[in-house]
Amino acid sequence: MKNVHELVEKNTGLLTIFILIAISFGAMVEIAPLMFQQHTMTPVKGLKPYTALQMEGRDIYIREGCVGCHSQMVRPFRAETERYGHYSVAGESVWERPFLWGSKRTGPDLARVGGRYSDDWHFAHLMDPRSVVPESNMPGYPWLAENTLTGELTAKKLETFRSLGVPYTDEDIAGAKKAVEGKTEIQALIAYLQSLGTALK
Amino acid sequence: MSSFWSIWISIISLGTIMGCFLLLRWCLKNKTGVTEGDDMHHEFDGIVEINNPLPKWWTYLFYACIVWGLAYLALYPGLGNFEGMLGWKSSNQGVLTLEESRAAVAKAKAEGKIVQYDREIAHAKQKYDPIFDEYASRPIPELINDPEALKVGQRLFLQNCSQCHGSDARGQLGFPNLTDNDWLYGGTPEKIKETLLGGRSGQMPSWASFGEQGVKEVVAYTLSLSGREVDAGLKAAGESRFATCSACHGSDGKGNQMLGAPNLTDNIWLYGATEESVTETVMNGRNGVMPSFKDRLGENKVHVVAAYIYSLSHK
Repeated sequence: MKNVHELVEKNTGLLTIFILIAISFGAMVEIAPLMFQQHTMTPVKGLKPYTALQMEGRDIYIREGCVGCHSQMVRPFRAETERYGHYSVAGESVWERPFLWGSKRTGPDLARVGGRYSDDWHFAHLMDPRSVVPESNMPGYPWLAENTLTGELTAKKLETFRSLGVPYTDEDIAGAKKAVEGKTEIQALIAYLQSLGTALK
Repeated sequence: MSSFWSIWISIISLGTIMGCFLLLRWCLKNKTGVTEGDDMHHEFDGIVEINNPLPKWWTYLFYACIVWGLAYLALYPGLGNFEGMLGWKSSNQGVLTLEESRAAVAKAKAEGKIVQYDREIAHAKQKYDPIFDEYASRPIPELINDPEALKVGQRLFLQNCSQCHGSDARGQLGFPNLTDNDWLYGGTPEKIKETLLGGRSGQMPSWASFGEQGVKEVVAYTLSLSGREVDAGLKAAGESRFATCSACHGSDGKGNQMLGAPNLTDNIWLYGATEESVTETVMNGRNGVMPSFKDRLGENKVHVVAAYIYSLSHK
């Protein structure tokens, strides 16, 4: 009798194909159905599309790698909700592309940071975190106050999100450039941070 | 979840487990063409491979995993719409407002479902609510004599307030010192609670319209209010301009706690005492914001935090 198992053992290509098939079962059950569920596609009642400035702030958040140290996902444990507020629900993330839930908490979770601190605090904190929180090990981001936004691509970004189902109006897109032009990056980032988690009311 | 997806998930999940079982059975069969225990005709540096079956403990572990998986799917939600025999779930996902979230908690409770998160909260409420209720029933001037209450208040302060006001509550540039008994919006227990519950929003407008010279004059006069030596000419000119400022800060410059306008005569400076920083305040205005903590902490915890803050300047 021929050793059938040897086929897989000695043929990496075939092994790879089998592995992909095996993994795809997990994806078919864990991921595929979620893309068609009512509760992952329905926005929470208070959800508003990011304004042009917030959208630029979000891109700065991505550019600076904030997601590497800050999650945006309050899990349903009392230890988390006591500190951060109501646990995150799917309807808050329906327009997030890509989502920034993160998986690492070197710093605190930011899913509900909106409104928690004043704009002035965020400014001081982003410029030099230790000026307000002496124990902090977060780096400062002083260049954000120097860089200004041109708004060249802002309208395009909003259009892209509209094509993905975010209800931006024509006025939003027409006014996008004007709304961010000349603003500093730090203003945009603060606007974004102040919007986080405020939709679940 | 639609029945299509429910069936989809169930079939693939159970099918995969079945597949694992069949694969295991298949692998247990000798299909090498070599009798068990015989040489496989491999030799590496004098070490030969012998055709041995899977170790027993390993095989049993596989079987145990399969049984575990099936039992798990029977007890807990996993197979599409089947909620599991225990009726357990982690939290009420899919709520669209806080109102709906509260309704979902009540509904799960009425139906006797086990929602892990709700249960954890209910347990904590049962344990801690009486403590906070008791604290809330005592007026703040009395509560500050209770070291336990102050300890609780301090913990809450460190969690929620220290980011701006500092862990010693002495504040920092732009964020008020809470230990000096100098108050923007009033330091009575009621006023402190009002500030915590509703938040505050500073309303100092920009007076760039005074012009550079005008601002210089009014800054000189302002600094003189707390006894600083300033140019007499500038001060005199600034005094007449101060009429505008007195609408909020009072004609004597002692401020107005109704409006959150600081006292300018006490040499306590929220944004710095230098001529430069006072000039910046007048030129650009200031809009210090204290966020509201009503929803974050609730009234009872605010009461305890207020007691802690009050105690810092009333001991």
